[in-house]
Amino acid sequence: MKVKGAIIAAAAVMAVSTAANAATLDDVKAKGFVQCGVSTGLAGFAFTDANGVWDGFDVTFCRATAAAIFGDANAIKFTPTTGKTRFTALASGEVDILYRNTTWTLSRDVDLGFTFTGVNYYDGQGFMVRKSLGVKSAKELDGATVCIQTGTTTELNLADFFRANGMSYEPVPIETNAEAQQKYLSNACDVYTTDASGLAATRATFEKPGEHTLLPEIISKEPLGPLVRQGDDQWADISAWVLNALIIAEEKGVTKANVAKLAADGSADPEVNRLLGKEGSYGDMLGLPADWAVHAIAAGGNYGEIFERNVGESTAIGLARGLNQLWSKGGILYAPPFR
Amino acid sequence: MSDSRKPFVASGDIPPSPPPSSVVGPIAWVRANLFSSISNTVMTLFGVFIIYSLLAAVIPWLFIDSVWNATSLSDCRSIDNGACLAVIKERYLQFIYGFYPEEERWRPILSFFLMIVAVAPILFAGVPRRVLYLSGLYPAIAYWLIWGGTIWGPVGVVLGLVLAVVAYRLITTTLPAVVGLIGGGLVLVLWWLFGVEIFDGALTSVVDIGLPVVESSKIGGFLLSLIIGVSGIAGSFPLGIALALGRRSNLLFIKALSTCFIEFIRGVPLITLLFVASTLLNYFLPPGTSFDVVLRVVIMVTLFASAYMAEVIRGGLAALPKGQYEAADALGLDYWKSMRLIILPQALKISIPGIVNTFIGLFKDTVLVSVIGLLDPVGILNPIRADQNWNGIVWELYGFISIFFFIFCFGMSRYSQYLERKLQTGHG
Amino acid sequence: MATISSTGDTNFRIGMLIYDTRYRSYTIQIIALIVFMLAAAWLVSNVIQNLALLGKTFSFSFLGDTASYDINQRLIDYSSTSTHARAAVVGILNTLLVAILGCITATVVGVIAGVLRLSNNWLIARLMTIYVEGFRNIPVLVWILITVAVINETLPAPNEFRGADSDASPLLGGMLVLTNRGFYIPAPVMGDMSMAVVIVFLLSVGVMIGFRRWAKKRQEATGEILPLFPISLAILFLPTILIFFILGMPITLEYPELKGFNFRGGVFMRDSLIGLWLALSLYTGAFTAEIVRSGILAVSKGQSEAAFALGLRPGRTMNLVILPQALRVIVPPLISQYLNLTKNSSLAIAVGYMDATGTLGGITLNQTGREFETLMLLMGFYLVVSLSISMVMNWYNERVKLRER
Repeated sequence: MKVKGAIIAAAAVMAVSTAANAATLDDVKAKGFVQCGVSTGLAGFAFTDANGVWDGFDVTFCRATAAAIFGDANAIKFTPTTGKTRFTALASGEVDILYRNTTWTLSRDVDLGFTFTGVNYYDGQGFMVRKSLGVKSAKELDGATVCIQTGTTTELNLADFFRANGMSYEPVPIETNAEAQQKYLSNACDVYTTDASGLAATRATFEKPGEHTLLPEIISKEPLGPLVRQGDDQWADISAWVLNALIIAEEKGVTKANVAKLAADGSADPEVNRLLGKEGSYGDMLGLPADWAVHAIAAGGNYGEIFERNVGESTAIGLARGLNQLWSKGGILYAPPFR
Repeated sequence: MSDSRKPFVASGDIPPSPPPSSVVGPIAWVRANLFSSISNTVMTLFGVFIIYSLLAAVIPWLFIDSVWNATSLSDCRSIDNGACLAVIKERYLQFIYGFYPEEERWRPILSFFLMIVAVAPILFAGVPRRVLYLSGLYPAIAYWLIWGGTIWGPVGVVLGLVLAVVAYRLITTTLPAVVGLIGGGLVLVLWWLFGVEIFDGALTSVVDIGLPVVESSKIGGFLLSLIIGVSGIAGSFPLGIALALGRRSNLLFIKALSTCFIEFIRGVPLITLLFVASTLLNYFLPPGTSFDVVLRVVIMVTLFASAYMAEVIRGGLAALPKGQYEAADALGLDYWKSMRLIILPQALKISIPGIVNTFIGLFKDTVLVSVIGLLDPVGILNPIRADQNWNGIVWELYGFISIFFFIFCFGMSRYSQYLERKLQTGHG
Repeated sequence: MATISSTGDTNFRIGMLIYDTRYRSYTIQIIALIVFMLAAAWLVSNVIQNLALLGKTFSFSFLGDTASYDINQRLIDYSSTSTHARAAVVGILNTLLVAILGCITATVVGVIAGVLRLSNNWLIARLMTIYVEGFRNIPVLVWILITVAVINETLPAPNEFRGADSDASPLLGGMLVLTNRGFYIPAPVMGDMSMAVVIVFLLSVGVMIGFRRWAKKRQEATGEILPLFPISLAILFLPTILIFFILGMPITLEYPELKGFNFRGGVFMRDSLIGLWLALSLYTGAFTAEIVRSGILAVSKGQSEAAFALGLRPGRTMNLVILPQALRVIVPPLISQYLNLTKNSSLAIAVGYMDATGTLGGITLNQTGREFETLMLLMGFYLVVSLSISMVMNWYNERVKLRER
């Protein structure tokens, strides 16, 4: 029996891996996979199937990042994180990159010591209520009981919104989405508030989604994006440009289906050639293989394809592109030029 | 004096007549135990009412109207209005193993049975002593079986202990035991820090024996509870002994240190220690080090349990008659020898029921890891309830978890009561 | 030969540090001290390095920043513009509230269950055994989740109280409203002159204590026993009730009323508070019952037989003979159960009750990212509570010890 304590200590020593800070890319290459922090479970964005395989919108971006580095979308491991553990997981080097509906805010960017490398989903905080309540606007919610998921910017926005409108409310803080949902369904709260995408995703899992409605007010800006530890510019650049490459791919019509062909045959569009590593040495600059973007796109398609497959209007989640449409099509999705 | 005038003389005993029905038999029992007074009658009726209403609610729900075959909650509800046990039927494997790969599940099962064999010599008398070697090796075996990977890592770790013992023996031939302990400890730490890696690497490149690696994030359910509980209690055993001895030591500094540690750990809730495991532990390690969250939790739980274990063992030490200590001194044994040969074997024997109780408490506490996002039986509820098919299901899941814990903990507590009785008669 | 072991030898050798028991203990302690200092220095230097690498500082200045989140249950004034420090205090008060409530009910439940387990009513004794074993062998977190789920899932929502022929209605003539969001009871409203009533009541409490002391002295002196209970009761309540009516009922009750989404008015006890309170007291009550039972069993039967032989009635036997002896066995483990209950109240986080773990160790930690400082404060708070409870226990132990013969 005595050996057990010893073994744990020893196992700890064995399990030690260097990860944090400088040269994340080297560490990642050395261990052979990317460790990606995701949500513990949010329909459409990050969830496991019955076999424990991760899938979803955020997860696909993680996989694209792994594919850009290793050429293999499965060279990745996922760490489910809660609102509480996500930042520590990243700060301690437990994960290399965090793709978990995390809102880009000044204090997180500056004070917590992280770098946001882009926005993969423009969101805003909304409210969901029962249709039977007859509420048409969030301004009518005076005195309501509101379920909130803690550990997010949600509770801060909510406090601001109700204070600004001179209304009172009864906050019910909940740790996870599943519990909040349970509480809302048992009518222990009138309103459930979180990011509008999360609300839509949650509503989609209800037995009778038609009995619930999202109120028109969006009370905050929630740019959700990937973040990495501050101080490793190379790694931050990789994460930023994988995301940008997927957006540019949509812009230029490079899809999962035609990316291999375009990469082999080249294209008339020089930007596509640069993107797919036919021209220039952009991969070298990032410390990646020349065809990194080809693998990234092949992993799950371009931005539009990822969106449609996981959360788009054809899925149960049924989100419209809205703000997340390309800038050329009325949205605000705008990647810097690839040159 | 003819025969006819002979007085009556009984030829034998009159057979005893049965006692009146008001004194024995079921009716008398009912009268004495249920309706002996007005207040008793009222209480009995109240009790009957409670039992009736509980059974009337539970039995139809659980047995008569329950649904075993359905694919979703709404499906269940459309079949019957009782318990939707289909969710248990579909997910019970997740409750047991978490997301442990299906084709590898023989490994935890094998570890479980090996564990029973390994603890047998400690818990039951009459098991061959030789099995103790297996108990000693078990942690390494179980680690290798459950997490997989190359076999040389665990072998290296065990080898470290062998080296430490050899070093201790060599040193103590010339120097006193304290130096031996320090030397042995030093060898152990150095070997584990540097030797194991080299040993592992070298042998793996020569003969690569291993099992497929299973990551911690896939381990969940009752398996996780058992891993945390068992390794916590096993790890806390040596630590607890050291702390208990430290607290009873007459070396001031060591006593103060042990007391502070014990009181600190016992003074804070386990959940704050788990927060430390999930958020702070990495701050205390050299920059760039990070390791698995399950291991971090096991470390914190071990520290937590060791404080409680120390108090249990201290109780055992205090319960020994003073004559035992004095006799050991009188024989001229030094501190370590008297502890090892006389005091600890007796003190630990008396402490076993307390240790079992600590284990029960710890095992129940393992569900707290769900708060930091691990997939223990309570944590596994989240993915199940997030599933479109099952959201809105409550009682069936809580009931299943409760029954499991009840069976396990009740069994253990009965065992510890049995031990207590056995030990008591041993003394008397 | 005696000179060999003389203590006067002055030639000290290095080897004596190891071989001589007089010096060895110092050697060991110094080595231990050095190892401890090295380990501590190693940990601290790691922390400093890690914090520096993350660009973080170690400072408690965040406590003065605006919290900007709301807390539902506040015993003191608090709004989203208050500071993190105040939020922490709100949380700490909530912890203490549920801990104190829990300790009281756990004691009541435990005493009742413990005594009933010894009852000669077979059925009741068995029922209590089922209660005790059921609660002791299932994790308290599961019980907390279950109780809150029972409230949420089985009680009516506030809007079911709406309308003339509503599905649900308040109990006890509006005194108690049970909803799935919590329970409402009437709140006292202090009118003019209400202070007079409170003062009179406090005075009566003082008088009652004085009376009891006097009665005890009298009994010791004369052996005469006064009917203590009815007289104390009269002293306690009669003057207060009189003054209450003389002043024209200055204290009134505010009843909860359904307004908008929820009931307003009255005292609102949230589902999380009720669930946590109930689960903690039933769970701890099961352990308390065992303590009470063994405490009563620990008093030997001869004691009560002797008391009966002296002609004491069962009530007095219990009060004067059994309880004082049983309490000596019961109280120390009971206090450590209180300690456990207080620590277990940190599980509030699982049901959204905003205790110290929920505010300081929860939202404040998340919003400020100061896990180091917040967790230190949190552990410090629990440590202070535990140590104070231990101090009470030691004080009690000392007190009972003195009376031992």
